[in-house]
Amino acid sequence: MSSRVERGMAVSTKHFQLLQRRCGVHFLKTLYSTFICRRLSVVCCHANPYQTEGWTWKSAKLLGTVPSLRILQRWFHIPVNQHYQSRGETGKFASESQSILGGRPFKAKSSHQSQRASTSAQATEDISQDTIFALSSGQGKCGVAVIRVSGPGASKALLAVTKMANLPEAKKVHLRRLYNPTDGETVDKGLIVWLPGPQSFTGEDVCEFHVHGGSAVVTAMHSALDAIPGLRHAEPGEFTKRAFLNGKLDLTEVEGLGDLIQAETEAQRRQALRQMEGDLGQLYEAWRLRLIKCVAHVEAFIDFSEDENIEEGVLDQAQAGVKQLVTDIQAHLDDNRCGERLRSGVQVAIIGQPNVGKSSLLNLLCQRPAAIVTPIAGTTRDVIESAVNIGGYPVLLLDTAGLRETQDVIEQEGVRRARQRAENADLTIIMTEASDIISNIASSTSNSHDRLSTILEKRLQETETLTSEPTQGSSPSGDSIPGDGGFQNSSIVVINKSDLVDVDCMDTLTSIESALCQKHDKKNEVQKRSVCIMSCTTGQGMDHFLEILRGKVEALCGNPLLGNPSLTQARHRSNLRHCLAALEAFSSHEDLVMAAEQLRIALRQLGKITGRVGVEEILDVVFQDFCIGK
Amino acid sequence: MSCNPSFGGIGKGHLMREVDALDGLCARIADRAGIQFKVLNRRKGPAVWGLRAQIDRDLYKRHMQEEILNTPNLTVEASSVEDLIIGDVQAEREGTTAGKGCHGVILKDGSHVSSRAVVLTTGTFLRGVIQIGIDERPAGRLDDEPTIGLAKTLENAGFTLGRLKTGTPPRLDGRTIDYSQLEKHRGDAQPTPFSFMNDRVTIKPEDQVVCHLTHTTPGIGPIIMENKHLNVHIKETVTGPRYCPSIESKIFRFGMDKCHQIWLEPEGLNTDTVYMQGFSITLPADLQDQCIHMVKGLENVVMTRPGYGVEYDFMDPRQIKSTLETKRLQNLFFAGQINGTTGYEEAAAQGIIAGLNAALLARNQPAFSVSRTEGYIGVLIDDLITQGTSEPYRMFTSRSEFRMTLRPDNADQRLTGRGYEAGCVSCHRYQRAQATADRLQEGMEVLQSVRLSRSKWRQGMEEQRVQTPLTEASPGKISAFEMLAYPNVTLAHLAAVSPDLKTYADDESIAMRLKVEGIYAPLLRQQQCDIDQVKRDESLVLPADIDYDSINISREAIAKLSTVRPQTIAAASRIEGMTPAAVLQLLYHVKRRERQSLAV
Repeated sequence: MSSRVERGMAVSTKHFQLLQRRCGVHFLKTLYSTFICRRLSVVCCHANPYQTEGWTWKSAKLLGTVPSLRILQRWFHIPVNQHYQSRGETGKFASESQSILGGRPFKAKSSHQSQRASTSAQATEDISQDTIFALSSGQGKCGVAVIRVSGPGASKALLAVTKMANLPEAKKVHLRRLYNPTDGETVDKGLIVWLPGPQSFTGEDVCEFHVHGGSAVVTAMHSALDAIPGLRHAEPGEFTKRAFLNGKLDLTEVEGLGDLIQAETEAQRRQALRQMEGDLGQLYEAWRLRLIKCVAHVEAFIDFSEDENIEEGVLDQAQAGVKQLVTDIQAHLDDNRCGERLRSGVQVAIIGQPNVGKSSLLNLLCQRPAAIVTPIAGTTRDVIESAVNIGGYPVLLLDTAGLRETQDVIEQEGVRRARQRAENADLTIIMTEASDIISNIASSTSNSHDRLSTILEKRLQETETLTSEPTQGSSPSGDSIPGDGGFQNSSIVVINKSDLVDVDCMDTLTSIESALCQKHDKKNEVQKRSVCIMSCTTGQGMDHFLEILRGKVEALCGNPLLGNPSLTQARHRSNLRHCLAALEAFSSHEDLVMAAEQLRIALRQLGKITGRVGVEEILDVVFQDFCIGK
Repeated sequence: MSCNPSFGGIGKGHLMREVDALDGLCARIADRAGIQFKVLNRRKGPAVWGLRAQIDRDLYKRHMQEEILNTPNLTVEASSVEDLIIGDVQAEREGTTAGKGCHGVILKDGSHVSSRAVVLTTGTFLRGVIQIGIDERPAGRLDDEPTIGLAKTLENAGFTLGRLKTGTPPRLDGRTIDYSQLEKHRGDAQPTPFSFMNDRVTIKPEDQVVCHLTHTTPGIGPIIMENKHLNVHIKETVTGPRYCPSIESKIFRFGMDKCHQIWLEPEGLNTDTVYMQGFSITLPADLQDQCIHMVKGLENVVMTRPGYGVEYDFMDPRQIKSTLETKRLQNLFFAGQINGTTGYEEAAAQGIIAGLNAALLARNQPAFSVSRTEGYIGVLIDDLITQGTSEPYRMFTSRSEFRMTLRPDNADQRLTGRGYEAGCVSCHRYQRAQATADRLQEGMEVLQSVRLSRSKWRQGMEEQRVQTPLTEASPGKISAFEMLAYPNVTLAHLAAVSPDLKTYADDESIAMRLKVEGIYAPLLRQQQCDIDQVKRDESLVLPADIDYDSINISREAIAKLSTVRPQTIAAASRIEGMTPAAVLQLLYHVKRRERQSLAV
């Protein structure tokens, strides 16, 4: 019962006759003549239709206009084609249908224009919907991680990440190298699946990346996808919502998923709340308040005219505020080098006096004789680098020359390099010898863990590893032990060669170790100084050491302030980046409305982390700060 | 017009344009009765230009009455309404939760007027009380009786009522003002009409009246501070508007030393009465007199009428639907201050929606509402029905999340077509809007088809001394439309480079509108995505009789949803404090219900 009429063309005589038969002669004559000059298209006509509700054909004829799309729809049961706004369609009909359906005229033209400016890949993109991505497999360390992308830009994302020219065969698994489209660097080698809509979980175009399960890879993939325009992190439950809205889930599935998503989002909410309670929460909250103030000032400037008492300086204040925020957020984002660390590896420098077992530790960690080990002090002259995988994170181990005064020119240079690398490293492993510690404790008088600290400090100072202030000058409070000021980087103190001291000495060392660990429990993972007794020869204490090392590396790779990397956190970072971009764009607009729009976008992005900001909150600030009233 | 002698402003001008696009009256009448026209916010981007005019009260009244009394098939009867005729609901209407229906009104003299729909626009009259100093007396307006019976009826029908207050400043005898030391403010040399139907306003540009700006002197502070006890209005806990504070609250909040600006606005061409914009005051009349003399230029002025405060009942607007029909009483519509708004424009915006829906209801036609993606009218109504209000609600452009799309210049393109379908727009207006749409469409196409190299554009602009960020080395071609995004570039400039554009450049209004489109085009794409998102959610309609207690969501969410009873998922998600999880659960619940009812 339907006839098809070509789009973007005049209705042909044949089709016209078809329509005529179905709809009645009088209707179509006028319809036809108006249509033909307007080159309008009717996509699909089901028969019948004399519903002239409220609007008669007579009046249309009288006016010489085509009735609105909606009325035609009612009359002819024409489904509105979503792509009705093609370039070929001009005239009354098209513009009116926009005013009805788009709420805004010329949508077709402006989108058309921007499409023309962009690449052909984007030309087919449906502007109405974002493309979302998220880790779809479980969080945490696992063999394989699945990252799912859904939405009209999925194909674009797939092509960008794989550097392929054409889309792969659908519903087949392919092995491909995956790249970060921004810098072209390899992220991982993994499986890709292309699932064009509507035969996919969400009903939209979907592509999946099955990558290695390390957090590093997942985070790198996230940032690669985030860099593609039009892609963003999915909101909680968004995949399911889309699947649901596209009619892809049946009711039993929905009920189950409902509970699941409830649980998931609840957990995420709680997690977010937990994070929000810390320093970071306070920082974001402070930003939010500052941004609200800026927004309020700009909004006030817009909404209350020159004659309503808004002072001229308001805009300058807002501008200054935004500028300061940009600096602060920028610094925050740059400050933690997570992304860089994840790409290039966490630099871990092993330092200490000569012949304490630095090279042995390196060899042990990378499970191959990477460095030459001899009993002769000063064997290692240069910095030896070795990449290892610690708990799924890339780590670059640096074995350095033993730190001592020497006349040997080559060794001098080695020591200089060792210091330099240690200073720049993300994490330092300070190696000492158990026997050395024991002998120092014996000759000291203060209590045991202070003694150890003092000794460690002394050792460090002796070797001038790190630029440090006099350790005894630091805070006298119980929480802070002498020596805190001496460690600017994160560090692990390793007391090696535990196999060479007797049992009594071991007991002393162990008690010191646990006392020290307790002292530091309150600090976060990165700042905490850990002590570990081990033997590179026997492997004693190695597990403990690895655990400590893994914890530190993990903390360094995640946001150092946030704790373990998580989905929420990845989203937060992306929100912050978008917020920053909008704030930076603020000053580039001459039109105040557009500038204000950027601030609104920034606020919305920040609001996604800290909670939504309503108009009322902005108006509250407006009325607090200004005496308004004409 | 019972308060300020002006129409429009920022946000308010937007509303007027939209009312006009739906063929409402106020814009057209204001064009005829305006005595000084000014577009506010000229420097701040065309999306927030505020069309405003000083209005001659008498002219406005005369033209309005003329228009109304000459409307065919309209019977006008003036009387006080004391009660509603309440009866059973119409069974055939779907999606209603109303237990009763309203079938007409009962007048003061006891006579019944029956009707298929009733629109209540009670202004400040519902249990209105006027306050001057410590005097309080029941009145809707100075010298007008309040409405008590109707308020009781509504209360008995189960509506939740609240109290709001507002104020009006004193009026002065213009002949006694010393204008010599005051700053003069004139209207625009080329007045911009409110209505899309008018190319120009009635008054000649040179005949426009002058407004004056003056300031209070510090002498006013002590009078107000020392006489706090003589002021009932400010002591009350009833909420007044924050953006239109009385002079007393300005002094309380910002100190005695600060000078506050006051606008002196003539109330008409043939009257000496002058309105003191910014000087709402409720002290006893003699003290008001003292205060007024502390204003520059008013040292010897004669006060013709003191200012006063009004306190009145309003209905919690969360009890109405987006059509402005009440949820509690079928066929009954509320519009204006009864819903907690303030201002003529806000009232007009609701008036047209309520009136149109009342007519559609009477004709058994589908209801009409404006989404917040389509207009400020939609923003206004959506805010009211989902958030409620605790102070008189005034429109600001900040209230719209789609400010670049909802502009005063394109209101006809947004709404006239829809209004025409609903039946409230005349053929004449519709045709005109269509013609404009055609012309704009054509213009856009031509603008986009004219593509020149950047260096050529730059050269062309330089010859006309127009600054652009384009440099010598800028490569590639861009369209004339993209050129319009640069602040200084107008269609006339482009036409000088490409003669194809001349025909559009010469048509002033089209050129202006094309320029505005060009300015916002770069950011509109993103905004359109957001709009589509909201529209998708708006298309998910929630049944009116949903049982929120049976949904597995938090107590808090249930409580909020039960109060507001949102009509769509979009509205539900905008309720303060709703979590995504709760919205999703709600969605599941509704879809499950649909499925079950289909199965039955």
